[in-house]
Amino acid sequence: MKKLILIGLKDVKLILRDRAALTFMLLAPFLLIVGLGFVTGQVGRGSSGIEAIPVAVANQDDGRLGAALVELFESDELAELVIPTFVTDATAARSRVDADQAAAAVIVPAGFTDSIIPRAGQLPAGRAIKLEVYKNPGRPVSAGVIQTIVEGFISRVETGRVAGEVIVMRALAAGLIPPDQIESFATAMGERLATTLAGESAIRLRATVGGGEQTPFNPMAYMAPGMALLFLMFTVSNGGRSLLAEKSQGTLAQLLVSPTTGAQVLVGKLIGTFLTGVLQMLVLIAASSLLFGLRWGDLLGVFVLILAVVFGAIGWGMLITVLARTPGQVAVVGSAVMLIFGILGGSFVQLSMVPAWLQWLSRLTPNAWGLDGFTILGMGGTLTDLGQPLLGLTVMGLVLGALSVVLFNRRSLLQG
Amino acid sequence: MGNAMDTILEARDLTKHYGDVVAVKGISFEIKRGEIFSLLGPNGAGKTTTISMLSTLYAPTRGDAVIAGHSVTREPMAVRRIIGVVPQGLALYDDLTARENLIFWGQMYGLSGRALSQRVGEVLAQIGLTERAHDRVKTYSGGMKRRLNIGIGLIHRPQLLFMDEPTVGIDPQSRRAILDSIKELNRQGMTVLYTTHYMEEAQELSHRVGIMDRGELIALGTQAELTQQVGESETLVLHLSPHEDAETIAQALRAIPGILRASATDHQVALTTRHAKEILAPVVAQADARGVKIHSIDIREPNLEALFLHLTGRALRD
Repeated sequence: MKKLILIGLKDVKLILRDRAALTFMLLAPFLLIVGLGFVTGQVGRGSSGIEAIPVAVANQDDGRLGAALVELFESDELAELVIPTFVTDATAARSRVDADQAAAAVIVPAGFTDSIIPRAGQLPAGRAIKLEVYKNPGRPVSAGVIQTIVEGFISRVETGRVAGEVIVMRALAAGLIPPDQIESFATAMGERLATTLAGESAIRLRATVGGGEQTPFNPMAYMAPGMALLFLMFTVSNGGRSLLAEKSQGTLAQLLVSPTTGAQVLVGKLIGTFLTGVLQMLVLIAASSLLFGLRWGDLLGVFVLILAVVFGAIGWGMLITVLARTPGQVAVVGSAVMLIFGILGGSFVQLSMVPAWLQWLSRLTPNAWGLDGFTILGMGGTLTDLGQPLLGLTVMGLVLGALSVVLFNRRSLLQG
Repeated sequence: MGNAMDTILEARDLTKHYGDVVAVKGISFEIKRGEIFSLLGPNGAGKTTTISMLSTLYAPTRGDAVIAGHSVTREPMAVRRIIGVVPQGLALYDDLTARENLIFWGQMYGLSGRALSQRVGEVLAQIGLTERAHDRVKTYSGGMKRRLNIGIGLIHRPQLLFMDEPTVGIDPQSRRAILDSIKELNRQGMTVLYTTHYMEEAQELSHRVGIMDRGELIALGTQAELTQQVGESETLVLHLSPHEDAETIAQALRAIPGILRASATDHQVALTTRHAKEILAPVVAQADARGVKIHSIDIREPNLEALFLHLTGRALRD
């Protein structure tokens, strides 16, 4: 074990003395975070959080649900986050977005409530009428926040509707209501549940930190981990490259004629890459916290998530290494994978804004799982809320690691 | 296999195939404790492959070797603790200092604490790098790197040191320093297996020499034993102008009575004869008649190079 650590620490020392690698690992992601901060207006402002998102709301529905959505946008809970402008029709709402006066328009079509909660004497509509969120492409993050609010609202309406049906069926079966009063009972119950639940805040926007201080959601807290995860892939592929570099510079052969096994060399180098990746993430997180005042959330959760995300990423790094034959090939493939995973995994575009199939595909990347985890923590979650991301990343690291070991043995890379 | 008290290494039928290519063809030899044994041969003769098998880097296709009682095929880890390896190429971490390199490699051999620190100091002094110990290796000259490469092979005080062409590509001064340090190590009791394609190095250093060519061990013995095989032959070496066709001239000179063998390399023609002085005049006359310009002529007494020429018909540096 001591030998494994010594090999790993030697690699960390070498990386820390490699200016080019350090530039890619630390400076490049940091500069990108700063750049994106300027683009989104989050750097150089007095406040670092997303605030006052202008949104146009057109409520054409004359039922309780349309009114509940309007109430939600007017609520105190969203007062700091959104500035709603209420317009009469959908065209006017879309025009505000097209003129960049709003990040998004929320359009509640006529008959929305009736399509979900039928009036007395009416049959339920075959299909619920859809709410529309018309997004401003120039403000992707703000539009994404509005979409999330509306999705949460819909989710709660649906919960209320299903709960109402269950209650009515059970009440009927138990003989608590006579059959001739089912309709009036169901209408009243459905309306109460749907509007009560819909009136709740769709997303938890405030996280309690430290002594009860409230912090707003900050998109930099999405961009910063996005960039850190993007460049983490560089670090893990660089780790693979260092194994092949040891081969070409003769030190691998020298290690193998010392009392050191091939497995010890491999695991030692993986430990080196793991420590480097963790160090990179910690430095980026510390720097962004100090310079931009970013709140990454529960410290224990952040640390465990970093360990998991580096583990998952190393799986890919190992696979790239065993499939390549030279340090140059690892560099080229590693850079390509870094960019593809960055795009696919949500480092550049929020995953909620891409098609469902792409979201599914993103699960192949450590970036997507890592971003999920950092978003959960940024929204006030703790280590106990990280089950899915931690599981996804651990499985990724184990499966890819095992696959790499099998391929590595077959190619007998070490013995030439 | 042999007497362990006298013999530190015994190789039997060592063979290595790379696909269809046979790099080493069933060679057998012994190395006695305390001697410098050289494997001499041109590039591609199989010297490095032999050292790679003896140092457990590559498994032999056939055969085995026993080093201090341990088989290289069955007990590689025990063998690795006994041997030190100075590879032909540099095996250094350029971004570490000489001291950090030596500490790392010492740790790989299980050294630690005060013993490691003390040994690193000794090796740095031995290779003359004490004053530059804290500079990164990438700032070193080629000769300094070579010396550090040797130091790494010595860090754990091996019983048997393998040195694979350690003087290739360095300046004469560094080469001299390395040869002197090998003799000093041997005086201190270290056994050395040295490979080279420089006949002068093998002659200067070795107690015994094995001559390799095309994967085979074609001669083995002390220098005196080996040169006896050439008999009383001398070698006349003609240094020609760069534009001359050495091969054509060698062919023409073969016809002169008294010349046993003629071979050409680069801009030289080597003539093997029993009486160099007697054939000098007809050789010069023949060259004149063909309009060949000779820059200089050397007469060499029997040596390992002559033996190689005698055994293979080719010069050592072909």
